Amino acid sequence: MEFFKIRKDIPFMKNAIVFNAISFITFLAAVFFLFSRGLHLSVEFTGGTLMEVSYSQAADLNQVRGQIAKLGLSDVQVQNFGTARDVMIRMPAIKGQSSAQQSEQVLSALKDTDANVQLRRTEFVGPQVGDELAVDGLKALAFVVVGIMLYLAVRFEWKFAVAAIIANLHDVVIILGFFAFFQWEFSLPVLAAVLAVLGYSVNESVVIFDRIRENFRRYRKMNTVEIIDNAITSTISRTIITHGCTQLMVLSMLLFGGATLHYFALALTIGILFGIYSSVFVAAAIAMWLGIRREDLIKSTAVVKTEGQPDDPNSGAVV
Amino acid sequence: MNRYPLWKYAIIVLALCVGSIYTLPNFFGEAPAVQISPGKASIKVDVSTQARVEQALQAANIQPELVALEGGSLKVRFDNTDTQLKAKDAIQHALVPDVNDPSYVVALNLLARSPAWLTALNAAPMYLGLDLRGGVHFMLQVDMPAALDKKAESLAGDLRSSLREKNVRHNGISRNGQKIDIRFHDNETLVAAQRVIQEQFADLQTTSAADGAEFKLTANINPVAAKRVQEQAIKQNITTLHNRINELGVAEPVIQQQGADRIVVQLPGVQDTAKAKDILGRTATLEIRLVDESTEARSAESGNGVVPFGDERFLDRNGQAVVVKKQVILTGENLTDAQPGFDNQTQEAAVHLTLDAKGARIFKDVTRENINKRMAILLFEKGKGEVVTAPVIRSEIGGGRVQISGRMSTAEANDTSLLLRAGSLAAPMEIIEERTIGPSLGAENIAKGFNSVTWGFVAVTGFMCVYYMLFGMFSSISLAINLLLLVAVLSMMQATLTLPGMAAMALVLGMAIDANVLINERVREELRNGASPQSAIHAGYDRAWATILDSNVTTLIAGLALLAFGSGPVRGFAVVHCLGILTSMFSAVFFSRGLVNLWYGRQKKLKGVSIGTVWRANSGA
Repeated sequence: MEFFKIRKDIPFMKNAIVFNAISFITFLAAVFFLFSRGLHLSVEFTGGTLMEVSYSQAADLNQVRGQIAKLGLSDVQVQNFGTARDVMIRMPAIKGQSSAQQSEQVLSALKDTDANVQLRRTEFVGPQVGDELAVDGLKALAFVVVGIMLYLAVRFEWKFAVAAIIANLHDVVIILGFFAFFQWEFSLPVLAAVLAVLGYSVNESVVIFDRIRENFRRYRKMNTVEIIDNAITSTISRTIITHGCTQLMVLSMLLFGGATLHYFALALTIGILFGIYSSVFVAAAIAMWLGIRREDLIKSTAVVKTEGQPDDPNSGAVV
Repeated sequence: MNRYPLWKYAIIVLALCVGSIYTLPNFFGEAPAVQISPGKASIKVDVSTQARVEQALQAANIQPELVALEGGSLKVRFDNTDTQLKAKDAIQHALVPDVNDPSYVVALNLLARSPAWLTALNAAPMYLGLDLRGGVHFMLQVDMPAALDKKAESLAGDLRSSLREKNVRHNGISRNGQKIDIRFHDNETLVAAQRVIQEQFADLQTTSAADGAEFKLTANINPVAAKRVQEQAIKQNITTLHNRINELGVAEPVIQQQGADRIVVQLPGVQDTAKAKDILGRTATLEIRLVDESTEARSAESGNGVVPFGDERFLDRNGQAVVVKKQVILTGENLTDAQPGFDNQTQEAAVHLTLDAKGARIFKDVTRENINKRMAILLFEKGKGEVVTAPVIRSEIGGGRVQISGRMSTAEANDTSLLLRAGSLAAPMEIIEERTIGPSLGAENIAKGFNSVTWGFVAVTGFMCVYYMLFGMFSSISLAINLLLLVAVLSMMQATLTLPGMAAMALVLGMAIDANVLINERVREELRNGASPQSAIHAGYDRAWATILDSNVTTLIAGLALLAFGSGPVRGFAVVHCLGILTSMFSAVFFSRGLVNLWYGRQKKLKGVSIGTVWRANSGA
């Protein structure tokens, strides 16, 4: 079987301006929603108490809300979680009252009307932990960005490093934009997914850059645009198949993983889809505009060689 | 050219054998069990306990699957949860007649069902995280300023006695937060005091200032000492938590330090959070003070008259009032051990205390000066003090070994020593994070994670086999081996598997197939360009390697960042993610090449390879 029967190189770079305009608009929209709506952060980040209770029949959310309101707790969110019988309750942290008291109070209030209600899980996070997690998350993001840039700069060239990181950070912002727009809950696993996607979709750019480098060596007569077009065209089948396979896994998580893994898988899905787009269309185009030249990469091969990687000058890394 | 030397196959076979052995225990699953451990230090679980348990089970008509005595506790395995619960009741009834004074801890547990020969190889199933097995997770923050306050208070006391010893007259010593202020009439005494502090109190640093007509010396705990105080405080709190949790009867508790001032407590299987929190949150601290023997204090003790200034009134365990001085002689910090035992001469029950060097010195001085007076050992819980015991000092006690005896039964000696040992927290703690997961949710999470991995795996391998034919089959087998090795490594490391960890497993499989796609596409491309099958395979693997390495390194960078900065669920994700990338490098490249070599490598005149359609635009490239 073969999905990709491409006779001629597709002129991706000719339309680069269009692709970049599209991604720039998406990016701006994401930033706009991030600022206007903000992320719906989970209790892990905000601090507070989360309870998951399960009823024997479908739960009446309004009744649950009423019961909790009677306790004098304010700013409480009640929503279904996974199924109609499961209810998730989020409460902000209250000074001077331990989470245990809070959750027990709520549970006993709920038990008054329906004795069958069962506590499935509680989670309490103090406000100090929440701030720390947010800071740690940003630190991790910075670490990934710097680490990947350094690696790409050493392995290829700084222009590629910049192009790859811009392209993939734009993915991250778009994922966050989706979470802001739909007000999906942004939790720790989602953060993990975002960072994993960042590392993963950089792969994509790496594969294309590898091929660009190889083409520069192999086809001396082609100009930069043609070389990039050829590189993207000859790697596109691998790009789609790889992402398709990863997406199959993620889809299986989305279908079977239940409510806990739902947003995690969703973040991965968006990340994977936009990852293809950005590394194919955005990263290469940025590298082009930054002015990559044959000399940049030939020089960088020399660097690689002195590092003790016995590379046949004609082979290099290829797909 | 496509042949592996024998040693490479040997490595593959070895990796497969080791991988299979360590993955195997995960398939046997876990069986419900009841674990019996000693509830008091003086009680041992031994063969006689085993006999009693077996008897009790027989009486209740319950047939256990396995009764094993290991590591000081008895584990009894059953075939289902109903029998487990019944058995627990029966054993509890037989071993613990008085619930308020349990001599044995009877707890529900899960026990691996794997056969003995696997256990002998140290092959154990992966350790399931709380989100998969249910239980309680707490993160406690140790109140370090309070620990430092306490240290300052005890240093202030030491300072007082030192200055008295050296005849340095001061106008008063007071503690102000973590600072100790000492006031003097003139500058000479201040200098003298400063010298004393320099010589005897390495933990303090001083600054002097004129304060009106008086001279003031301010002593601070220096940073090195402060750090040491904090380290000791957290260590002591962890020990104390251990003791308290033993009391709670949890089969496999986890108590770990996290960062400089935090402790993580995980109690698998515990559902009663309220009780767990009650026991953990007991902010008990131990203090030794002198009993005020003055007449006013005596009358205050009997209930008439006010408590004199500088004294406090507490009740002992029998409700008797004791008036003690506010000045603390020793705190739980100086107490290194407390054991029940007997007096050498009278054979009376006694509690033997061991003090650290500083405690011993202070204790010697105090006992010398206060012979025939009483000394009280107080336990503060939730801000309420209680006198554990108030013995009379018979003689000067040096050497740090203290014996408390008289009018005490053996059981009381046991209890007192347990209280003294378990009772002291160096600093108060606060719960800053808490997670409770019900057991049904845990089981559901396992099923969800398992289904995600299985169906994802089936879909990916199915696609690979259809698209790349035999090469896809090789890729699929490599992917299966990747999963096998990943599970084996996780089992070997006894890493904790969580739901995010299972998600990482699925994700890493999805990403690992990338390497095989790269290789297969490359081989196809070589074939398309007219290479012979053998050289196409060779070039495909060789040339894809650099790209695979590059892409794995970038993924690994992200994984390491998560490992370094992540906490809780993210860490579980990161561990599996990073390990999975490493095992995928072995399986996707080294192992799958081995398979291909084995299949095609020997055929000298290979006409074609089964890698699906090799489509050519025209003829050649």
